[in-house]
Formats: sequence, C-alpha cells, structure tokens
Amino acid sequence: MKKENSRRTFFKNISLATFSALALSGCDMKALKEFLQQNFRTLSKKEKDDIVKNLQVQYKETYGKEFHVSIEPAMEGVLFGYALDLSRCIGCRKCVYACVGENNQSRDPQIHWIQVLEMEKDKGIDLAHSNVHYNPDKVPEKGKSYFPVACQQCRNPQCTTVCPVKATWQEPDGIVVVDYNWCIGCRYCMAACPYGARHFNWGEPKVPSDEINTEMHYLGNRPRMKGVVEKCTFCIQRVRVGKYPSCVEICPVGARKFGNLLDPESEIRYILENKRVFVLKQELNTQPKFYYFFGI
Amino acid sequence: MNFIRFITGSIKIILQGSKAYYAWLIFLLLLILWGGFGYFGQLSEGLIKTHMRDSVSWAFYIGNFTFLVGVAAAAILLVIPAYIYDWKPIKEIVIFGELLAVCAVIMSISFIVVDIGNPLRVWHMLPLIGTMNFPMSMLSWDFFVLNIYLLINLFVVTYLLYCIFFKKGYNSSLVLPLVLLSIPMAVSIHTVTAFLYNALPARPFWNSALLAPRFLASAFCSGPAILLILFQILRKTTQFEIKDEAIWKIAELMVYAMFIYLFFTIAELFKEFYSGTEHLLYWKYLLFGIGDNKEIVVYSWSSIIMGFIAFVLFLIPKTRKNFLTLNIGAVLIYASVYVEKGIALIIPGFTPDVLGQIYVYTPSMTEIRTAAMIFSLGFLLFTFLVKVAIAIVFEDYNIEVLNKKKAKLISEIKS
Repeated sequence: MKKENSRRTFFKNISLATFSALALSGCDMKALKEFLQQNFRTLSKKEKDDIVKNLQVQYKETYGKEFHVSIEPAMEGVLFGYALDLSRCIGCRKCVYACVGENNQSRDPQIHWIQVLEMEKDKGIDLAHSNVHYNPDKVPEKGKSYFPVACQQCRNPQCTTVCPVKATWQEPDGIVVVDYNWCIGCRYCMAACPYGARHFNWGEPKVPSDEINTEMHYLGNRPRMKGVVEKCTFCIQRVRVGKYPSCVEICPVGARKFGNLLDPESEIRYILENKRVFVLKQELNTQPKFYYFFGI
Repeated sequence: MNFIRFITGSIKIILQGSKAYYAWLIFLLLLILWGGFGYFGQLSEGLIKTHMRDSVSWAFYIGNFTFLVGVAAAAILLVIPAYIYDWKPIKEIVIFGELLAVCAVIMSISFIVVDIGNPLRVWHMLPLIGTMNFPMSMLSWDFFVLNIYLLINLFVVTYLLYCIFFKKGYNSSLVLPLVLLSIPMAVSIHTVTAFLYNALPARPFWNSALLAPRFLASAFCSGPAILLILFQILRKTTQFEIKDEAIWKIAELMVYAMFIYLFFTIAELFKEFYSGTEHLLYWKYLLFGIGDNKEIVVYSWSSIIMGFIAFVLFLIPKTRKNFLTLNIGAVLIYASVYVEKGIALIIPGFTPDVLGQIYVYTPSMTEIRTAAMIFSLGFLLFTFLVKVAIAIVFEDYNIEVLNKKKAKLISEIKS
C-alpha cells in the first residue's frame, strides 16, 4: 500500500514537472492534453471523436488544407489478405512511390514502407545476395528478378508481442497498426520483425503540403512525429471503405492482388485455390497473410 | 534535524578532498559538459544524430545498457565468495558492491532513456497509469527486475550506512534476507536482459540458448574487475582491510568465469562454423567483415585480444599475484567485455539486416558523447557515494562526532 502511494506521488510529481516544463516552453493546454492522451484502444468513442476533431484543426493550421481523419473500425467478416505474383514483377518501384504518396511517408529523411529486392535469377530467392539499392536505366534487367517486401501482416506477429506499452496491435480485420501517440520509440518491434517492415522516424518527418494526402486514418497515414515507428497498414484508410491499397492500383503489370480471405468468391481466395503460394520465412511461424506466387 | 545534519555533513565530505580528488571531479564535470551538449543535439533533432538507421535499429546505447546490467549483477554476486571463503570485511564488501550496483543500474536505465525516441512518454509503460505489456514483453520484465533490484540495493546500503552513522546495531533479520534476495535478483536482471535479445527468431545471431549463460559469464569478468581495483584503492587510502589472498581469490574466480565464457563462445562458434548455414553470415561480419565492409572487425578483434591477454595474465599464478600485471589484466578484461557488449553483441545481430542488406554501423560522435555523459555522471555519483561511505565506515563520521562538534561550537560561542 505504501509503495502504491509513493508511486502515485512520484507520478504526480512527474506530471507536475512535465506540466511546468511544458508551461515554461510556451506550450499550451493542447500539448498537455496530447501528452496525457491515453492508449487509443482504451479511449471512448467520444474521446476519439474529440481527438480527431482537434487533429483536423491542427493539420489545417500546419498544411493549410481541409483534412478528413477517419477512425473507421474493422468491417465484420473481413480478414484482409495479399498476394504478389513474382513472375510478373518487373522491379519498377512504382508501388514504392505510390505508397509514399498515399501514406504520407517522410520525404526527408526518406521512408519507404515497400522495399524491392533485386535478386540474381540463378540464385533463386536468396536474401543474402539481394540488393535493395539497384539503379539501372531500365528494368527488368536480364538475369535479375525482383522481390517486393512490405509488412507481411502476420497472423502471429512478433512485433506486437514485444511492444512494452501495447502501442501496436492486430486489428480484427488482420491489419497490424501503430498508435503513433502511444509509441515510446524503443524500437523493440523493429528488432523483432523478420521482414524489415517497421520504420522509425529518426528525424522530424517532412511531407510537402502540396503533396500531402488529406484523406487519412488515425491508425494509418496521418502525419507521424519524430521518434515513433510506422509501417504498412494495407492502406487502412482505403481498404476499410472498400478500395484497393494504392500499391495494388498502381502496379503496371497487375502483380499485386488483394482481398477478403473470408470471402470464398474473392480474388485472393481464387489465387490460394488455384496457384501454389508460399510465405516469406515460413520457418519462423509468423504465419503471414501476404502470399507470394508464380502466376505465369 | 539529524537528517539535515547528515546531509550537510555529507555535502561537506563530498566537497573536501585532495588535489587529485578535485582534478578527478573537474575531469568528470568537463566530460559531463562535453557529453551533455552532444546529447542536447540529439534531444532537439532526434535520433538521426546517431548512426542508427532502420537496418541497425539498436546499437551502441543498448550495448552500453547491456554491459552495465552485467556490472550491476556481478557487483552483488561477489558477496557469495566473500561469504563462502570468509573474507573478513564482508560488510564492507556488501556496502561497496551495492553502491556499485546502484550506480550501474541507474546508468543502465539512463542508456535506455537516451535510446528511446520519446523519453517523455516513458510513463506509458508504468503499470496502472499506462498500458504495460506484462507479461508478454520482455522489456516489461526488465523494467520490473531492474527497478526492484535498484530498490533492494538502495535500501540495504542506505540502511547499513544509516545504522553505522547512528552507531546502532543493524537488524540482521532484515538485512540478511534482502542480501540473500539480491543474489538471485542479480542473476535475473542479466538473464532477463539476455532474454530481451534471445527469443527473437528474426535475429539468428542472438537466437541461441547460450546467450544468457554467456552474459552471466562475461559479467563475472567485468564487474569484479572494477571492485578489484576499488578494493586496492580503499586499502591504500583508508583503514579498509582486505588480505592479498582475498584479492587473488577474486582474480582466480574471474579466471574461471573467463574460461567458462571462452568455452561457451567456442561451443557457439563450432556449431555455427561447422554447420555453416546462412546464419554464419553474422559471425563472418563480426570477425572478418563481408566484402569491403570490415569496419567492425577492429572492434571484435581488439575485444578478443584484450580478453585473451587478460585471461593469460590472470591464469598464470605469478602474474596474477603481481599487482601491476593483475591491474593491467583487470583493465583489459573490463575493456574487452565493454567492447564485446557495446558493439560485438548488438551490431552483428542487425548486420546483415533481416532482408540481407548491409548497413555499416559505427557509433556517431553524438552517441559517444552521450555515452561519455552518462558514464561520467555515473562515476561522479559513485565517487560521491563511496566518499560518504568511506567517511562513515572508516573515518568516524558519525552522529557522536557531529554532536561533539556542535557542543564544542556552542561552548566556544558561550565563552
């Protein structure tokens, strides 16, 4: 009981100290409110609505545009899955940059949620000899194959297990998301992810206001802050309102497929049924919902 | 009232000393300033001032954290041999060991604080107030064991010093169980820290059951090295009495630890190199470099060579019992384990990264300066605590002396 008390007083003192620090640095009540904001999953509907309203105002002040920040929850009976046809991919990286634009990834320092690996055809799928910084005049190059990797949306994700503060979790529709306001930036999830899918804001992220995507989801592409982790969300702001992820839409060769794994009529189920698929690093038992296959 | 006098008395003790003592303090303060300005740059611009990037997302800071957890653990484990072999000054060994443990834990926690992207959000991790991911996240376990360990040691050492200061006998039914508890706690802090890395299937370099045993063995090399030198200094400058035999015994125990560490490492290397799977890449990067990327090789080999020389110096009885070679060995093994934990443990875990890419990491100036700040703050704290402890334990700094001084002062004023 005594310990409890001392912890409370400790916290009181800490919040007091922080409060005065914030007050001294000229920050207003808004900053304090944001600082004391709780984990997204513990908030009530009203609290969430308030936060979203404030964010829209705040973003308008920063970027001079009207924003729509959604907190659209997962649809019932939906589990998203993804399939990528490796025999079609030409390594053009159009998906990479479509993703950057759609999801407001920082341009400087540069963050890419999708990494495309260039591989030697005669080595098969061999990560150790792959190259992410390939830069020929024209793709595809002779003798090379291309292997795009982003979040594999594991059914058994290691990244959410290791998070010390429950700032990242798997949504009912299978998307692993991050609460950017709750992430402390310890990067344990990055150490745990076998796919390099998690990216850290090492510096203050910069997105030019004429390029910013104003259609946002709270758990997805809203602007991030310095010192937090971000990752692919299957374009949560799009797929929860029935659109395809932007990488699927942009792909010039139709290598990318997406759909509801629980719907027997979906394209993704057709692929699982009629093509032989594999998952990356199957031996780690992460059970991705991101499948690779050779369509032709 | 007594407490205030204790505090003012202690401040006086801290402020008084020889020229060498002041030089040491000034040296530390300069380092703190130099390091502090470096850290300030990181605070304002973010961790981009470090050389960590997405590929190598943990590095020097977390390595320092790991090293210091080892020091904290080993400081207490020395109580076991002190008890078994019946070295006379066991109470003193407990006191100075715990002071070292307290400082090392504080420093290790500081390294976590400078490593995280949003230090102000640390409260998200606290139970009840935040949403701690207990028991799933090993980091939450580390939070508990480190804090409990810190509190136990802080309490015991404060209590012991308090009793000596007030010339009271201490309650051994209170102290003994806590000291006994702190021994398994010491093992657990380093084990949990090893488990932090250990069970990540994404990182084959760490994914070996030998990791925690190797951690403990290496901690038994580096932690006692500090106390070995501290005991000699105390013996020279105070009434602290510790026999040569006891110091040699510490060195002998360190040799066993080094041998066990060597054996574990060779077992690990044999398995990796003979089976020759793709997991060999990380060891190759550490020991020989991959292609032109050899930047880390100098760290790994300097650690190996320093460790090996220390092992030989401690193994041969003649050099073990010569205080010059003994101290050289102690410094070398400390440095060896520091480089091993600071760089050689963490970096190969991330290089090549999970997608096979090589990002060459070496610490940036900001990282070195921040580490220098934490180490000098830690040393400063340790110096102050040891100074007060020496005064209380050996130099008759106690309540009676203070009372006498007060009485004298009053009588002088009266006359």
